[in-house]
Amino acid sequence: MSDVLILGEMKEGLLDMKTLELLQAGKKLADDLGAGLSVVLLGDAVSAEAEQAVSSGPDRVYKLEHPLLKGFNADLWLASLEQACKKINPKILLMSHSFIGMELGPRLACRLNTRITTDCIDLSIDPEDGLLLRTKPVSGGNAISVFKCPGEPQLATVRGKVFEPAEAVDGKGEIVDMVPEIDESMIRVESIEVVREEVVALDKADVVVSGGAGLGDEDGFEILQDLSKALNKTFGSVMIGCSRMAVDKGWISSDHQVGLTGTMISPNIYIAVGISGAIQHLVGMIQSKKIIAINTDQGCNMFKVADYGVVEDYERVIPALVKKLEELS
Amino acid sequence: MKELEIIVCAKQIPDPEAPLSDVSVDAEKKEVIVDAPQVISPFDENALEAALRIKENVDAKITVLSLGKKVSDTVLRKSLAAGADKLILLQDDDFEKLDSHSIATVLADAIRKIGEYDLVLAGRQAGDWDSGQVGLILGEMLGLPCISLAREIKIKDGSVAVKKNIPDGYEKVRAKMPALVTVSNEVGELRYISRTKMLKMLRGTSSIPSWSSEDFVSAKEELQKMGILELSSPPDMRRNCEFIDGATPEEKADKLMAVFKALQ
Repeated sequence: MSDVLILGEMKEGLLDMKTLELLQAGKKLADDLGAGLSVVLLGDAVSAEAEQAVSSGPDRVYKLEHPLLKGFNADLWLASLEQACKKINPKILLMSHSFIGMELGPRLACRLNTRITTDCIDLSIDPEDGLLLRTKPVSGGNAISVFKCPGEPQLATVRGKVFEPAEAVDGKGEIVDMVPEIDESMIRVESIEVVREEVVALDKADVVVSGGAGLGDEDGFEILQDLSKALNKTFGSVMIGCSRMAVDKGWISSDHQVGLTGTMISPNIYIAVGISGAIQHLVGMIQSKKIIAINTDQGCNMFKVADYGVVEDYERVIPALVKKLEELS
Repeated sequence: MKELEIIVCAKQIPDPEAPLSDVSVDAEKKEVIVDAPQVISPFDENALEAALRIKENVDAKITVLSLGKKVSDTVLRKSLAAGADKLILLQDDDFEKLDSHSIATVLADAIRKIGEYDLVLAGRQAGDWDSGQVGLILGEMLGLPCISLAREIKIKDGSVAVKKNIPDGYEKVRAKMPALVTVSNEVGELRYISRTKMLKMLRGTSSIPSWSSEDFVSAKEELQKMGILELSSPPDMRRNCEFIDGATPEEKADKLMAVFKALQ
């Protein structure tokens, strides 16, 4: 069977949005190849999710259930997925470029002696040889590359929010049970504790006030916090963002990080303070509707992508702005 | 306890944070041309920093491995100035434009040649191709426990204890050594290196070992190049920036206020 296989991920008893997007991407590839489309789900009990997957239109849903697959243990998921791939022999295997996909993808590629392309934004089939053409931003986003690699399965992780999610249909696909042969001795990395933190949902913000190395020190974020509060009264949900540099310096936690290895956002207003605008940051906020940049260096990248620019010391202009915003409300 | 042997894989790349105007795409050669100085890839610097922090607490020796067609020892000597003990350059024309699997193959051979090691660290992804593959594939090839996206690494009773990123927080995990860990930027930026130290290291006459493919690569014929079919420029991101001027910060704030009112 030369199927296109999708690794499904679940959240709170439902397939997550990225999986629905993968289904859409996979459907097109399967059609182009004249192949079937399958989904593989791993967990301790995934019947409900399997039913939901069927309604997204694949030909088959493989259910890999095992008590040890509860939660996500990379070693066990990897072993199970490796076994499933050897039975299913998919021609193409797609995963989300999620934490799970980022970890399993390269390791699985190695075990199956194939190649993988990560964080793809487009996929198509080369009509000449039926291989997967993998389009991926490289150099932080400075270029777009199309890769073609040998090996089977043709393996790729796919960036979120690039494909439309698959719509529900009157699916008639079959559900196939598979029993992974795994045991605790396969666990080489032991989980001690999962610590849930309160994280900012930056992608839900109407306005993001973001700071970078140009703030000079950690206290700079207090000034941004003042601006955030002042804007909050009139502009809806305002959150604090930052560049990678600010995280590296230990000024702020990484859930605030905007960009390639942080969160990709598209708020109504993005206010970049002391962020020079490395490409890896720009790709994460360029979809913002309006961009306002405050920086002392008029030549910096951020002004090239901004709608409005203020060349000024943020410690002087922001307090003045906050005062005026407070008068407004 | 015996001295801990840490290997850090560090890639030399053109500064990934170069201004946009210094970056162009040569579609014909399928190359990204960056008119900027060479640096150590940022996440690899984070990996080195993680190693240096381990060394503050346990007796450890840090060896930095850097692979490429041509690796500049002036760029990589920074790792020695920061506190690494040894630097080995892996350079050969054979190593040009290798795919991730092949890079991991070569690194695995180099690490086998080194022989003794407890911990292998690599950045989560490199700043040029953003693949995020080499570290994990290397771990698989060496048959090591693999931990990804570390934000903190400690050594406890012969095991490596890591706080790794998960979507809504972090997970504390532990593995027996030898192990491989990929490092994320939450670990922190590479420590400050004084100018004197840097200059001393650059002027240093100590010779840096350089291994070519015939010194250590086991199956040269299996190495593959990246399969790039096309390389193009991304859509233009530039907008027309309206600069808000004024004689004083207050005046600028006034004008900015008008912008906000219009956006309301």
